[in-house]
Amino acid sequence: MMIEVTDLKKYFYKRKGFFSPSSDPVKAVDGVSFSVEKGSTFGLVGESGCGKTTVARILSGILEKDAGRFSISGKRDMVFQDPFGSLNPRMHIYGILSESLKVSKVSPAEARARCVEALELVNLDPAGVMDKYPHQFSGGERQRIAIARALVNRPEILILDEPVSSLDVSIQAGILNLLKDLQEEKSLTYLFISHDLRVVEFMSDTVGVMKNGKIVECASAKEIYSSPKHPYTRILLEAVPSF
Amino acid sequence: MKYYIIKRLLLTIPMLIGISIIMFVVMHLAPGDPTSMRYGLNPEVSQGARANFNRMYGLDEPLHVQYGMWIKRLLTLDFGRSLIDDRPVIDKVASRLPATVLLQAVSILLIISIAIPLGAAGGLKRGSFFDKVTTVFVFVGYAMPTFWLALILIFIFGFKLGWLPVSGMTPWYADYLPFSAKAGDLAWHLVLPVVTTAFGGLAALSRYSRSSMIEVLREPYILTARAKGLSENRVVFVHALKNALLPIVTILGLTLPALISGSFIFETIFAWPGMGRLGYEAIMNYDYPVIMGVGVMATLLTLLGIFISDVLYAVVDPRIRLGGE
Repeated sequence: MMIEVTDLKKYFYKRKGFFSPSSDPVKAVDGVSFSVEKGSTFGLVGESGCGKTTVARILSGILEKDAGRFSISGKRDMVFQDPFGSLNPRMHIYGILSESLKVSKVSPAEARARCVEALELVNLDPAGVMDKYPHQFSGGERQRIAIARALVNRPEILILDEPVSSLDVSIQAGILNLLKDLQEEKSLTYLFISHDLRVVEFMSDTVGVMKNGKIVECASAKEIYSSPKHPYTRILLEAVPSF
Repeated sequence: MKYYIIKRLLLTIPMLIGISIIMFVVMHLAPGDPTSMRYGLNPEVSQGARANFNRMYGLDEPLHVQYGMWIKRLLTLDFGRSLIDDRPVIDKVASRLPATVLLQAVSILLIISIAIPLGAAGGLKRGSFFDKVTTVFVFVGYAMPTFWLALILIFIFGFKLGWLPVSGMTPWYADYLPFSAKAGDLAWHLVLPVVTTAFGGLAALSRYSRSSMIEVLREPYILTARAKGLSENRVVFVHALKNALLPIVTILGLTLPALISGSFIFETIFAWPGMGRLGYEAIMNYDYPVIMGVGVMATLLTLLGIFISDVLYAVVDPRIRLGGE
């Protein structure tokens, strides 16, 4: 198993005000368990506020967990939802890509080679991209850059937090196919988070449905979509617009 | 960029003309005039002598003609002569300018070097004890009339404790001191005027940098930086602070007019031999050419400050390309 999560918990406490001495914590993640096999994709779906992003942030090390255990056997990196905000506007693309390499003392020549490699993997022309700034790219291109940014560290696991939610549908398909190709080529393991069931169905081997900080149903993608067990899953599936 | 700079510099000309017209009109709207200021209480001066004085300086002409005369002279860089001591206005302003520029430059440096770290640290540790203390300090700073603060500072540090000089820039014996002692003495004289001048700007700018920092810390690229596994220092100083400083550049340009108009009051309180005090004295004496000279100079400094901050903004923020390039 590449990712093992057992009974993970994260509570947020509202800041205590002067007149409200105690308040109940918000149970963002309340006992979540799942595991992901090497080279497979685990899709986490649920409405906004159900805690899926909090799971992603704990697994990527941005947030501390409150209770439970998780183990990640391999290098991990993360891609975020908002391709307009997730790249520092004052750094050029090469700076954004190479920063974590520089910090981990990779030689400049090696760093450059790795950035070129990563940009080629996401189908961008390295020479035309590296000296430019994020605002000079479209949303789809920026998300490719964000993926390349994660790839320079040669991770085995990618945590993808709503990677296509803020993109046009026409561009979503391109990014999703790119992610699939990358997974095949590099045998990457994905934790794929989305509120969009169709996207999750396309991407995932196993799907966990989250509600109020808990996984209410967890099964193979096929099962979830053909015979949903939990009423909440059925509601979600019914809400998917069909064309 | 080059095109934008030229355009901006050319735009200062109509702006300067507009501002000078307003100054000219307001100056003449004020009750009283130079002639009655000089001779109003002197019964020896006849009506004819007054008329002569008026004619000599063109004060008997209608206002628009007077303005036309002033602007015509200005085109040849002739600011006229003082009505009080007949010295060329340009010489008077030039002799006072260094003291003002010194005071303003030191104040701005002080504002930058204190307000930005203070505000940024407050934004970073939002809600902490430190943040609360600085917030209170800033609101006190906002609310306090600075001329009153100046008097209190003079009372405490100059009068009660006797630590700091309360007026002037150099003592009468300054010429006899060696250079190092002279510089030290100057720094000593600068303390109170600089603190007073910087105070208001300090409060405003630290507040701005606090909110700017809070805003930037919410940006997704800060999450990206964290996800990269960067050290907290690198996240804060390289990713957050650098972006938080962007709006500060503009705000710094906007504090300049406040500093310059404040100099009229503070330089007078501290008897600082600068342009602001010259302007104050000129206003009190109805010295029209000097008022206009000081006004034009203050306008130029202000426009220059805003211009520099606009250009700097384009330099530090890659998203901004001036002039639609």
